Amino acid sequence: MGVLRRMLARPSGAIGFAFVLLHLAAAVLSPWLVPYEATAIDAALMFAPPDAAHWLGTDQLGRDILTRTMLGGREALLVTLIATPLAVGWGALVGIHLGLAGGRLDDVLMRVVDAVLALPWILKMLVIIVTFGAGVTVLVPTLAFFYGVPVIRVARAATLGVVARDFISAARARGHRPGAIVRRELLPNVLDALMVEGAMRWSWMLLAFSSLSFLGFGVAPPTPDWGLMIADSRSFMAIAPWAAMAPVLALSTLIIGINFVADALAKAVGLDRALNAPH
Amino acid sequence: MKIAGDDVPLIGITDLSVGFTTRAGVVAPVLRNIGLVVRRGETVGLVGESGSGKSTLALVAMGYLKAGLRVLGGGVRFAGQDMLAGDGVAAIRGGRLALIPQNAGQALTPTIRIGAQIAEALRLHSTLPRADHAARVVELLARVRLPTPGALVTRYPHELSGGQQQRVAIAMALAGEPEALLLDEPTTGLDVTTQAHVLELLRDLAASSGMAMVYVSHDLGAVARVCARVAVMYAGEIVAEGSARQILRTPSHPYARGLIAAIPVLGEARLPVPLDGRPPAPGAVGEGCSFAPRCGLAEAGCLTARGALVPAPGGGVVRCRRADAAVRLPMRRDGALRLALEFDGGGGVLGLDAIAVSYARRSLWDQITRAPRDAAPVVDGITLTLRPGETIGLVGESGSGKSTILKSIAGLIGPLRGSIDLAGVALAPRVAQRDVGVLRRVQLIFQNPDESLNPRQTIAEILAQPLGLYFGLSGAALRARSIELLAQVRLGGHYLDRLPAQLSGGEKQRVAVARAFAADPDVVLCDEVTSALDVSVQAAVLGLLDDLRRERRTACIFVSHDLGVVRALADRVVVLYQGRICESGPADAVYGLPSHPYTEALLGAVLEPDPDHAPRLLAADIVEHGPPARGCAFQNRCHRRLGGICATDAPPAHEIGDGHVIRCHIPPATLAAAQAAP
Repeated sequence: MGVLRRMLARPSGAIGFAFVLLHLAAAVLSPWLVPYEATAIDAALMFAPPDAAHWLGTDQLGRDILTRTMLGGREALLVTLIATPLAVGWGALVGIHLGLAGGRLDDVLMRVVDAVLALPWILKMLVIIVTFGAGVTVLVPTLAFFYGVPVIRVARAATLGVVARDFISAARARGHRPGAIVRRELLPNVLDALMVEGAMRWSWMLLAFSSLSFLGFGVAPPTPDWGLMIADSRSFMAIAPWAAMAPVLALSTLIIGINFVADALAKAVGLDRALNAPH
Repeated sequence: MKIAGDDVPLIGITDLSVGFTTRAGVVAPVLRNIGLVVRRGETVGLVGESGSGKSTLALVAMGYLKAGLRVLGGGVRFAGQDMLAGDGVAAIRGGRLALIPQNAGQALTPTIRIGAQIAEALRLHSTLPRADHAARVVELLARVRLPTPGALVTRYPHELSGGQQQRVAIAMALAGEPEALLLDEPTTGLDVTTQAHVLELLRDLAASSGMAMVYVSHDLGAVARVCARVAVMYAGEIVAEGSARQILRTPSHPYARGLIAAIPVLGEARLPVPLDGRPPAPGAVGEGCSFAPRCGLAEAGCLTARGALVPAPGGGVVRCRRADAAVRLPMRRDGALRLALEFDGGGGVLGLDAIAVSYARRSLWDQITRAPRDAAPVVDGITLTLRPGETIGLVGESGSGKSTILKSIAGLIGPLRGSIDLAGVALAPRVAQRDVGVLRRVQLIFQNPDESLNPRQTIAEILAQPLGLYFGLSGAALRARSIELLAQVRLGGHYLDRLPAQLSGGEKQRVAVARAFAADPDVVLCDEVTSALDVSVQAAVLGLLDDLRRERRTACIFVSHDLGVVRALADRVVVLYQGRICESGPADAVYGLPSHPYTEALLGAVLEPDPDHAPRLLAADIVEHGPPARGCAFQNRCHRRLGGICATDAPPAHEIGDGHVIRCHIPPATLAAAQAAP
């Protein structure tokens, strides 16, 4: 596939893609790879610095940090990997529709979008979590909903840019059905923007999920989770900095990796098909 | 530093080559061994089609290279100063040597008032004391003949018309009292009447100030009007150079001859002669003459040796081994006369009855209170009948409503009033209400194929849209029909798997033509279909359209701002101003006398590639933001305005015979008498 190849041709794309792949592989394979039980408490080993037995040291309960870090992204990745396509899907559906329909519906709904976007995300999430709890069944639809709202903007803007072009007028004047025009003429031209937006939304969702865990509203202890691990180790930063370092590095490499991919993707699709196709 | 004497040319370009390195590591020259000398006070035209390197050359003359380009050899000097060395160049740029860009609207800063922008140029490039700047700004605006310069200084660029913006850009360039002006297609985006005004201004400036000018343009008419000397560029090199008269009257290079032959002739219904092929891409030029692959005179020797600039049989210098044969090639008046069609006297294939269109969106409050519409509709009272196989030309400047009329016929805009019928059967106002079978019979071709072809679809997919929708074709039948259609627009079947971006402008427009004719339509609506194309390609597309409509007896409404193009193709012509019909009738009658004053102004402003042709500036060069609520649409710019009656009463339609109608308060006989007198 041309887009993927061109994205990987950029250093940022290749590095980002490698980070993301590494994290996905770790998330899938870690149950078979980890050296210890994630919840195995060992009072004798509190705050052990990194050594041959515990490569990344242990935490305040003597649990192996390497084990917990490797397992700590599973929940976050599972939730966001389901929620991201949902968010992009519904956001794109509504955004494209509004871009095409215009008129009063567009005016009114876009003001609603503005209003939702104006509220701080943490407030919106907390209201839902306090009301319905913090399980995966609540987090996935909540994240998908709130993170689909900005996608509406992007999809609508991309649609407006394309519908003004003559090939859409030409298709309308020929008498194609609206569905066929959207599928054949419009979608291929807004897909790029949606792909890049999807990658961005994914990284924001990961951050949001980890922040909720950090605040104690996400994953419940003792399940290993990066946000939770950062929160737990925060108080012991002075005596055991390694306990916080590992989950921070894990989370930031994943976020940076996704952002690199999004960035390289945006640049790659800017030149998609048109320039590099064989002559 | 050397002091420039009279013997030092103002701009001296010697053996200049500029190029870039491709991804494959090959050096691709964009300019090759350019030698050009511009003396003080001289006006030199650089002409060529898109991609010939003319704009690159103008920018290098300022010491500026587009990103990625580098100098491969040779030099550029301005009054002895090396423009390619960094030192001292900044002091010359914008001051002693000023550039006027193609699109002044984009070159001016939108958020700064006109006066402040020109004052900034004064601050940078003038030795005048600060206190005198304000007065000097007004003086400069007056010098470019802008009305009420004192009031203009507080305006913002968007409040001015395109022609006025271009004048402001010229005033800005004049702020530093330059010794030379570089003009990059300065009138290309302007209406004909505005263009004529700007060109006259440039001519007078050159004559009165002793400034040298380098005028870059694809428009031989504009160059003929402004320049004393002309250099023709092709594939990055100068292929012919000489006085404007030598180059335009007796061109000795086959390419120069081809370019001139491709310009439509206003006086007669002739199809221009196309120039086949396309220029080579940078780096794709071989050992021989760069034009040889497209040249009808090319012989074996042309493919191996590039040749030098040698004295030409028609005067000047030329880079051609066959120049002696080239001077006998066909010229403009040798194109085929367009064959008139026989009409069987049956009913029209398309009829418009008193169509009016408005874009004004009424506010909810106005709709509730049923307030009367205050603005006049942008298009009003359009009545015309298109006969089978006939081509009607709709002419007018930007804002004349030509495209709007086509869109309302196609059903993309619902008309405010009036009705449209297709072979006697009323058409629903909007696409959604029309039957697919009805839609098939009316097809639209757009101005810019980059916009009208989906960049993500291959040519096969593009042609499959109408073929699938109207005829249900698929698989092998679809492919066979697509190849047949491509053959009709002179493209090979191998184009099917390409994307629009891989085609040249002319090829893309042919695909757009093929897509329209795929529907086997009764009526084709052509919206400025050649205005985005180079003149040689335009000639080919015009020939193609004429062939297609003759073979299939397809009727056509051909919209254009270019009177020459309409003359080449149209059986009947309708002249529009501000969405109202000024004049209509058979092409010969409309292009002859008597004319509506607006037609007269349009025809007078047309430029010919002839140094002895002077346009006549008739219509007032002012901005109109919409049609007047009452009276004649042309009243504010008319040079034959009678007085009060023009402002109050709609002009009557005078029929002169054979369907020639002029809508003017002045009787046709009076018009004829006034226009016949010089």
